[in-house]
Amino acid sequence: MNKSKFNITPFLFIGPAVLLLFVFSFAPILVSLGISFTDMNLSGLANWSQINFVGLDNFIQLFQDEKFLQAMGNTFFYVIIGVPLAVASSLLIAVLLNFFNNWVSSTFRVVYYVPSITNIVAIAVVWSFLYNQEYGLFNYLLSLINIDSVPWLEEPVVARLSLILLAVWKSNGVSMLIFLAALQSIPKIYYEAADIDGANRWHKFFKITLPSMSFATFFVTVTTLIGWLQFFEEPFVMTNGGPLNGTNSMALFIYQEGFQYSQFGYGAAASFVLFAIVIVATLVQFKLRKTD
Amino acid sequence: MELKNKFERAVVLFILFAGGLLVSLPFIWMILSSFKNDREVLSIPPTLFPENPTFQHYIELFQNLNFGVYLINTLIIVLFSMFGLLLNTMAGYGFGKFNFRFKEGWFMIVLITMMIPGQVTMIPTYLILNEMGLTNTMAGIILPGLIAAFNIFLIRQFMVTVPDDLIEAARLDGAGEFYIFFKLIIPLAKPILAVQVILTFIASWNSFLWPLIVANDESLYTLSVGLALLQDENVTNYGLQMAGSAFMVVPIVVIFMIFQKYIVEGFNVSGIK
Repeated sequence: MNKSKFNITPFLFIGPAVLLLFVFSFAPILVSLGISFTDMNLSGLANWSQINFVGLDNFIQLFQDEKFLQAMGNTFFYVIIGVPLAVASSLLIAVLLNFFNNWVSSTFRVVYYVPSITNIVAIAVVWSFLYNQEYGLFNYLLSLINIDSVPWLEEPVVARLSLILLAVWKSNGVSMLIFLAALQSIPKIYYEAADIDGANRWHKFFKITLPSMSFATFFVTVTTLIGWLQFFEEPFVMTNGGPLNGTNSMALFIYQEGFQYSQFGYGAAASFVLFAIVIVATLVQFKLRKTD
Repeated sequence: MELKNKFERAVVLFILFAGGLLVSLPFIWMILSSFKNDREVLSIPPTLFPENPTFQHYIELFQNLNFGVYLINTLIIVLFSMFGLLLNTMAGYGFGKFNFRFKEGWFMIVLITMMIPGQVTMIPTYLILNEMGLTNTMAGIILPGLIAAFNIFLIRQFMVTVPDDLIEAARLDGAGEFYIFFKLIIPLAKPILAVQVILTFIASWNSFLWPLIVANDESLYTLSVGLALLQDENVTNYGLQMAGSAFMVVPIVVIFMIFQKYIVEGFNVSGIK
């Protein structure tokens, strides 16, 4: 066979996937970057000559846009409260499950995992019912112990917390499995050695368990953080950003600009601000881990 | 760490049980409420079990609302997602077992797409589909979600572990490249593919945002888009809403419970420690 002959076989295998990824994932970043410097909107969609280059105007306007700044503030609120809650609760569940090695651990592993595989719209519909101020189960249960009805989704700060509660409930599953796998890979001999030295349970947890899981914790924290920075579906389906823009997130803001107001250029610019924040947050985490 | 005595065991078991009950509460409430009639579902104090169980809401989903159409659309998307999985598997095999020019470069493109937030590609992907004349079509709903870089990456990691000699031997016997792929590689990769099939099924069954953006006609709606519509239009009909939600959630939970063993093993195999 001629050695310089172009071998087509590998490209038959990777071709379709790479082509589709190129068109629907890679090219869109370039397109997005391009239109973020333009004033593209619905009329630009119909007639390209209507599109004007506006330089950094979109970005300057974004940082003067009250609604965007509020969405950014809300997103940081979600991250600061949601990430520690999500990581801690999934770690706690994993530690408790790891005490058992029988039907208990396998059954409850499924029970705690199920929310993360279920449909977000269905979940939102069910939780809207639970959160309903008049007919909802939550307020009824609170009334049994003489607590006044809570405006779960009607007051901005409470609504943000309600969405966080729902999102933590839904996201625990995957992190829990990762923590559980990490816990099970810690050699038993470490604990036996600690027993001989007379270490108590807290010592063992903080000196053996947590350090042995540093990679899992790092991995879960980074992915959870990235996920919460893009917090979208819960406010989208449950509150549509309200009340008074109080639950709006950056991701939802991008959707609204792009698909409700058809301001494609402005929305794309906002998406790059979000992208930059995601990258910076990830880099900071890697930096912190290195100095560890 | 181990528990010291029966008392501690009982305490931990109780916490797990109580937590499990809290976590399952929305599902329990959803199913019980879906069988209550319109008056009972809003009654205060609420009843736990339906007094006069009724299938009325489930029947209404199919008779008065278009849930039959939404179900078929959803199943079409699920079917094509399996075709997408086949393309992912081929690509994973290609990257894992062949050497070709600029392989690292191509693979880098695949990996980069994994790190892009969905929101960044959302608007331009819509514009690209619009240029192709694919908005408000089934193809427009399906195509962008067909390939997942993360799947390609996972499958590649598995393919690297397949011995080269095995493939060489098949080639010497005169087997064609696609014969090798379908008759040798796919059966070998069964354990990892089983997990991918379940996860792909769940993801496409649940897909919501993209069908919502691309589909304008109700005839193209998926179950989740239809359910969102139902919530907007029947604000206080919670019995109907719960029936619609249960119809989306219960099949997935059943499938997951049957196959969960493989998924959990899949996580352990992936080796995050």
